[in-house]
Amino acid sequence: MQKERPMKLVLDDGTVFYGKSFGYEGAASGEVVFNTAMVGYPESLTDPSYSGQILAVTFPLIGNYGVPESSITNSLSAFYESEKIQVRGLIISDYSFEYSHWNADRSLGEWLNENKITGIYGIDTRELTKTLREKGSMLGKIVFENENEIEQYDPNLENQVAMVSCKEIIRYGSGSKKVVMVDCGVKHNILRCLLKRDVELIRVPWDYDFNTLEYDGLFISNGPGNPEHCEITVNNIKKAMDGNKPIFGICMGNQLLSKAGGAKTYKLKYGHRSHNQPVQMVNTNRCFITSQNHGFAVDNNTLGKEWEPLFINMNDGTNEGIRHKTKPYFSAQFHPEASSGPTDTEFLFDDFIQLMNK
Amino acid sequence: MPINKKIKKILLLGSGALKIGEAGEFDYSGSQALKALREEGIKTVLINPNIATVQTSEGVADKIYFLPVTPYFVEKVIQKEQPDGILLSFGGQTALNCGVKLYQSGVLEKYNVKVLGTPVQSIIDTEDRELFVKKLDQIDVKTIKSHAVENIEDALKAANELGYPIIIRAAYALGGLGSGFCNTPEELQKMAEKALSYSNQLLVEKSLKGWKEIEYEVVRDAYDNCITVCNMENFDPLGIHTGESIVVAPSQTLTNSEYHKLRELAVRIIRHIGIIGECNVQYAFDPESEDYRVIEVNARLSRSSALASKATGYPLAFVAAKLALGYGLFELKNSVTKTTSAFFEPALDYIVCKIPRWDLGKFHGVSKEIGSSMKSVGEVMAIGRTFEEAIQKGLRMISQGMHGFVANKTLETDDLDKALSSPTDKRIFMIEQAFNKGYSIEDIHQLTKIDRWFLQKLHYIYNCSVQLEKYNTIKEIPPDLLKKAKQMGFSDFQIAKLVEKKSADLEETSKKVRKYRKELGIVPVVKQIDTLAAEYPAQTNYLYLTYNGNSNDVKYLGDHRSVIVLGSGAYRIGSSVEFDWCSVNALQAIRKAGWRSVMINYNPETVSTDYDMCDRLYFDELTFERVMDIIELENPHGVILSVGGQIPNNLATRLDTESVNILGTSATSIDNAENRHKFSAMLDRLQIDQPRWKELSSLDDIHNFVNEVGYPVLVRPSYVLSGAAMNVCSNDQELENFLQLAANVSKKYPVVVSEFIQQAKEIEIDAVAKNGEIVMYAISEHIEFAGVHSGDATIQFPPQKLYVESVRRIKKIARQIAQELNISGPFNIQFLAKDNDIKVIECNLRASRSFPFVSKILKINFIELAANIMLGIEVEAPNKNEFDLDYVGIKASQFSFSRLQKADPVLGVDMVSTGEVGCIGDGTYEAVLKSMLSVGYTIPEKNILFSTGPTKTKTELLESARMLYEKGYNLFSTAGTHKFFAENGIPSTLVYWPSDNKNPSALEMIREKKLDMVINIPKNYTQGELKNGYQIRRAAIDFNVPLITNARLASIFIHAFCTMTQDEIKIKSWDEYK
Repeated sequence: MQKERPMKLVLDDGTVFYGKSFGYEGAASGEVVFNTAMVGYPESLTDPSYSGQILAVTFPLIGNYGVPESSITNSLSAFYESEKIQVRGLIISDYSFEYSHWNADRSLGEWLNENKITGIYGIDTRELTKTLREKGSMLGKIVFENENEIEQYDPNLENQVAMVSCKEIIRYGSGSKKVVMVDCGVKHNILRCLLKRDVELIRVPWDYDFNTLEYDGLFISNGPGNPEHCEITVNNIKKAMDGNKPIFGICMGNQLLSKAGGAKTYKLKYGHRSHNQPVQMVNTNRCFITSQNHGFAVDNNTLGKEWEPLFINMNDGTNEGIRHKTKPYFSAQFHPEASSGPTDTEFLFDDFIQLMNK
Repeated sequence: MPINKKIKKILLLGSGALKIGEAGEFDYSGSQALKALREEGIKTVLINPNIATVQTSEGVADKIYFLPVTPYFVEKVIQKEQPDGILLSFGGQTALNCGVKLYQSGVLEKYNVKVLGTPVQSIIDTEDRELFVKKLDQIDVKTIKSHAVENIEDALKAANELGYPIIIRAAYALGGLGSGFCNTPEELQKMAEKALSYSNQLLVEKSLKGWKEIEYEVVRDAYDNCITVCNMENFDPLGIHTGESIVVAPSQTLTNSEYHKLRELAVRIIRHIGIIGECNVQYAFDPESEDYRVIEVNARLSRSSALASKATGYPLAFVAAKLALGYGLFELKNSVTKTTSAFFEPALDYIVCKIPRWDLGKFHGVSKEIGSSMKSVGEVMAIGRTFEEAIQKGLRMISQGMHGFVANKTLETDDLDKALSSPTDKRIFMIEQAFNKGYSIEDIHQLTKIDRWFLQKLHYIYNCSVQLEKYNTIKEIPPDLLKKAKQMGFSDFQIAKLVEKKSADLEETSKKVRKYRKELGIVPVVKQIDTLAAEYPAQTNYLYLTYNGNSNDVKYLGDHRSVIVLGSGAYRIGSSVEFDWCSVNALQAIRKAGWRSVMINYNPETVSTDYDMCDRLYFDELTFERVMDIIELENPHGVILSVGGQIPNNLATRLDTESVNILGTSATSIDNAENRHKFSAMLDRLQIDQPRWKELSSLDDIHNFVNEVGYPVLVRPSYVLSGAAMNVCSNDQELENFLQLAANVSKKYPVVVSEFIQQAKEIEIDAVAKNGEIVMYAISEHIEFAGVHSGDATIQFPPQKLYVESVRRIKKIARQIAQELNISGPFNIQFLAKDNDIKVIECNLRASRSFPFVSKILKINFIELAANIMLGIEVEAPNKNEFDLDYVGIKASQFSFSRLQKADPVLGVDMVSTGEVGCIGDGTYEAVLKSMLSVGYTIPEKNILFSTGPTKTKTELLESARMLYEKGYNLFSTAGTHKFFAENGIPSTLVYWPSDNKNPSALEMIREKKLDMVINIPKNYTQGELKNGYQIRRAAIDFNVPLITNARLASIFIHAFCTMTQDEIKIKSWDEYK
């Protein structure tokens, strides 16, 4: 058992939560956000959309099933959502020092330690969540003694997408359709979802002008932070829309496609991060439980004439996807690739493939 | 709104009496459904003979029929009420089976009654194993390979193909009835024989022992939108019925990919089967890969769905009822936040732990092993923010003398390995013993197959106890360790016991722990269950306490405007749904009177733990420690502890010592009634007669006392190793046999011996008093003579055969006692009456089991009255008298012996029934018939077996036998009875006792189903008699032949069905009895 070194979480508004260290013994800073999912910590921690953030998990018992091995073959991780842990810190209530699972390779604490990621447990994560719900997402630090141990870090001031995107083109598969994937911080399960649908994938950096490439469909990935930083990508998408090739976006992809279509985005008070977000397909009785992880949203009222909302969040009415009224362009704010989370909307990948087959 | 506007009146089937496998959860689901329908302005008709339920209360349904939930009676009600629709999925397997039969026989079609919600074909597809497997094959979902067979030869053949061990189940059976594991062909032979008596189809399956068992609760609307509200993981691996297993929610050892793989399958299944409403999918899950099998799908609300509702705050039954009307999930709101959609999946930020409550000690001869068929009678749900906290709370909640996982009295076992590998109701405590003996987690895992994660957590608790034991005084405990212990769910008592090993008064030492930790600021915080893990604010106050947090979710006003009601805890033999009814009614009275109502209870099967029943619900322990924690936070006006049975009653003195304002009768009075010596002295002072009794501490003293009063005597040892806690002994041999079961007789463990009066009537008074004056009372009479526990007895109200003189004396005594104890609130006194000689046997200054029964027959709410008195509201004595009633109520008991393998189905001084019904008739016989049919008896067609016991009961049954004979019944009788009948001119066929080994044999006839009813009155407690009688009784139970073991009950039942036929029973709703 590890020694229980006291640590504390200090929020930007001065609120302090006391806990104990597990994982890497070092201070951390970033934007504190909460996720209400009950499973899937290895997936969440490696999700590039968390870049620059400290993740608080509301489900109190974490680490139960350890962590699977980190094997990466041909730029594709076997069990993770990217090559590394993306969060800057992890906040939980009750840590399982021991774990039990046939597929586990080591404990969560060991994994965090190897990756130099701070973990703090013993926190009243419910109280923290209520604070964030009332006051909005906040910057915060995890420190041992005093706040000077580390500089404050505001991920909104930096282009997080640029930090997590691939640096050069990566090619996958040899399927019958050629898809260009703009990597704004893509989750590997999106790669897996597309690859199992007979697709050849060309993963390009976020700012790469893919209009120079030949392709059957364009995919714009999820990614961290504020979409305002991705003007380049938006312009590239605009150019692509001169053609008629299918476009599919997820999460950040939804926001960038919306921007390319003329809409505006805004920051949500505390975002949607969970496995239980209900969305309804507009003008239908079809509803889906979705996995989400985003802090920004598309303003429904600013959608261009050519566009319409495709999905709406049933809790707060925010935009959950758009589609072009006449052209094969659509996107989802949630994560149809799940991982972690419910798999109800994976059919959207089939829809995308179908559009390419038309 | 797309709901079907043509549906104006709906019939809902209840589940009848509480029994093992079908308990209070269906009162909860039915009540929720009725509420959902009422909101829509739909007229509701309910059939449920369980009179103690909340759903059969005024204002819940428009019409209530206290009638058996059987096709015959349901058809009659349909004929009369002409409902437009029927709901089948809210009354357990009883309602479902009844509904399927009505559908198959064309009754529903004939009367144009639409089945709402899940179509009957879908139900049949899930119930018939072969159809089920085929159905899931169509969507590539794996099921357990199962062979349906109809005879034993085929069963053996199938088992050979599959390879042992195998599991067999009876098709269409309640909660695993008649199912079990077989390791050899011999075991299979035995088991199959029995299972085939319940069902003509038998399923033979490969056993997947050691796999994990996981469940999902799934909801689907008519638009094909699906959600999984909750998943649950069994602590015990496959092989133990989920009702017998400790269960946690959400699952703890599944990865994301596993969780969502099973979730996706659940959704695929519910769509393909075509459920509209709710269903439950159970999986076996390989602990070494992602391989799985679907065990079963329950196309109805279930125990698990009630648990899931309480675990998540998502009201499954309420929503299912709305969906049955045609609503889409997207049209409904989340009942907790009131703003977000009901189409969502709850996110928990806590863990719940369900633990079954067994009462196996109550039964003679029952096997303690638990397995694939259910034996538990109730359950608790504990909520915490660590597993350690939840499990320790839960182990205290089952209230069987355990203080948590550690610091308990050591249970005896001669073979620890076996105690671990062959699970009994006590297995979890054996794990602690194993840690103590140095077993590693791996050792225990190999023996139990319980996932290592659970064992690791239990090991932490164990380690913490070892650390605590290093200290000798409370003040020495380092604050960090104390805090850690509290976070792991240690009670103050456990800490006291572990630290101050020599403490003579652990209750006092516990208080020292409390004081010390409060000084250190180690106090629990209150958290809300809000379905969304704090993402959205909750509008309801569904609360629990935890040490894993640092701030409260609710604000405390300190205005003393709340009143706390202490609930009844887990359902158990002797305390069940009746106290839930009492609690709910007290809560309603409190609200009506303008106070804030606060409930403390932890039973997930109840209506009182529904968060909209009160202003604040603390789903937490009813221990002194926790109740004080809540009182200190709430600062209530007062506490009501007289409506939740014995658990709250027992807290009276301790709460009083802490100056808690106990509403109603004072703690001193409660103690004066509870303490045998004080109470007895009081009766003597008042010159009220009581059976002679003495507390004795040596065998000689016992014999001397027996010489004085004569046999039979009632013997109550302080501590019994196994079997019933008290017994009637008729001779020296019996006395010695029974006392051998008691650990020892000594000053420390005295035995109470009372004179036992034979052939005496037992009479009860349920009453409400104010400042010592009786405001309302109800006198009722037992059908059976004294000696049958009042909870097992058949009770008639108003009494039909009491002398006016007896009534007058009883009233007088009750008045004297009420005055002497200055009672304010509910109370109950039990009397013995022989001729006009009245003796008091017991007095409880709280609501009794029969409060809902007498309240509903008399149509005066005794609890509302009592609550108003306790709240200090002026009440008027109702101007109504039981002797004015033009009808009769009969309360009959439901037994669950069929589930309790090997238990001797006899009635005695200790209670063994699991539930009850209450029916109304224009005369006694009609009420008797209705109630007996409601608890599962049938009117025999032709053949009846008599063994009539001692002379007295032989004589008693003579008239009945003659009536049967004259009615044309074929009577069969064992030797003594045969002779007696012949001497009295009643022809019967002689059949032989099992020990005679001759034909015609009574046992054979039972096995071959040649008998329609068995009347077997136990003669005495000699070994031979016990064995013969036992075998016949047990066979009757195992082969599902109606059995009566009490002469008075047999007599009245026989008279009833000989005087009136089923067709003559009137189909009248409750409100038609005026």
